[in-house]
Amino acid sequence: MAKHIQTVIRTNLSDSVKTGGCGACQTSCQSACKTSCTVGNQVCVK
Amino acid sequence: MLDLTGYNLEKNVHVFRQGDLNIAYDVNSGSLHVVDEPTYRILRVMGTLPVLSAAEIKRGLGRAAVDWAVAQEVLDELADLKEEGVLFSKEAEEQGPSYPEKPLVKAVCLHVAHDCNLRCGYCFAGSGAFGGSRMLMDAETGRRGIDFVLSASGHRDHCEVDFFGGEPLLNFPLVRELVRYGRQAAAERHKTLKFTLTTNAVLLTKEIEEFLEKEDISVVLSLDGRPEVHDKMRPFANGQGSYERVVPSIRSFARRRPESSPYAVGTYYYVRGTYTHFNLDFDRDVVHMLDLGLKRISMEPVVASPEEPYAFQPDDLETIRESYDRLGEEIIERRARGEDFSFFHFNMAFEQGPCLPKRLAGCGAGHEYVAISPEGDLYPCHQFVGQEQFKMGSLYAADPLELNRDLVRSFRAAHVYAKASCRVCWARFSCSGGCHAANFAAGGSLTEVYALGCEFQKKRLEVALYLKAKELQTVR
Repeated sequence: MAKHIQTVIRTNLSDSVKTGGCGACQTSCQSACKTSCTVGNQVCVK
Repeated sequence: MLDLTGYNLEKNVHVFRQGDLNIAYDVNSGSLHVVDEPTYRILRVMGTLPVLSAAEIKRGLGRAAVDWAVAQEVLDELADLKEEGVLFSKEAEEQGPSYPEKPLVKAVCLHVAHDCNLRCGYCFAGSGAFGGSRMLMDAETGRRGIDFVLSASGHRDHCEVDFFGGEPLLNFPLVRELVRYGRQAAAERHKTLKFTLTTNAVLLTKEIEEFLEKEDISVVLSLDGRPEVHDKMRPFANGQGSYERVVPSIRSFARRRPESSPYAVGTYYYVRGTYTHFNLDFDRDVVHMLDLGLKRISMEPVVASPEEPYAFQPDDLETIRESYDRLGEEIIERRARGEDFSFFHFNMAFEQGPCLPKRLAGCGAGHEYVAISPEGDLYPCHQFVGQEQFKMGSLYAADPLELNRDLVRSFRAAHVYAKASCRVCWARFSCSGGCHAANFAAGGSLTEVYALGCEFQKKRLEVALYLKAKELQTVR
């Protein structure tokens, strides 16, 4: 257990370059914003 | 020993304080760390060092005012996290997204009515008409729009249709007809159509509510918050405010969908407001909506020309940041009381979030997503409708699938790595370079960013990361 740093999310986004890009996800602007592109708060459908 | 020679810390690790937490966000891995005060100070000092060799880091520690033994422990922990690939992680290669030669359009925004029963002060659609004449889409054009997306989506199984306007409920018979037509046409092609409808709720009757329920149509409802705020910007044509008219319908509809996904998955509702220079304390508007019992809320900064009285001024930024800060704390308090709700821009899916290619590509306007005017003209998105230089095709052309190639190319090329300021920004994989329309409105270019919008976005992300850290700290 680290004393000074608590890792609350451990993930590797860069790895998704190899597995992602299928394009099946929802179009971001169709959801709730309709002006700002907030892709980060979408979910992957896979 | 920690050695980060050649590493660009500012670009790849965002270190910040929010509320009572010190946070380090590793941009390339997407990992999130809560750090104590000595670690925070050391990371801040490291951020000022021109060279991050082991020797330079050691030399710089003196400026962090941290006990030497403690500093050693911190450096060891930092080195371990680097080894694990969750801090100071390797920078993703700067490679833009790749696409098939022919665009695959999987989503359309159908402007079924270029007319509106409100006269919103900030309306980018010119109170519904988009700079043209007021008109409703006819059934033939609507059906062609559905056929277009089903064909243009190629091998993609899931397609989306948003009924938009103006006010789409001014043309509700067409909406009903196109849902029927669309379901049948999609089934024949073994595809699935997802419908959404964006409305001001003025005409949202029980009959329409039931239709939307029965057909699993997601709904975005417009409400700006407190009565005086809403009525100032969203009056009827006679100048009378619309708050009293729309709130009962919005509440009634929201009650039908208590399980709506915060991430807008499945069939959901969202209440969407716009804030302007006139209500920089928009957190109070969000709280007002929460107090109305609304659980899924999005509140967007207005997009406006600088000369408009409601447009943001550079001096507004600090006040806006404070509003996001207060809103974050309000959410923590309410969650502690067991209230379930979500503020769209504070959602971050992390492990279930989008892949890097999606984050680089952004919204897909102009090649995965297009808007269709009542006349059947195609534009990169709803914000560009009516702007002649952005017209990219027509449903009535000999081949409607043949989109203007230069425009397709321009929008595809406007990804994160094409924007100089995005390439070095820690938020680059979360905002995808911002909204094309907002960028173009601000600077006349798809590859220049709307700088004030970036600041809003970064603040929202900081609060989102903070809320996630608070949530996960509580359960561990």
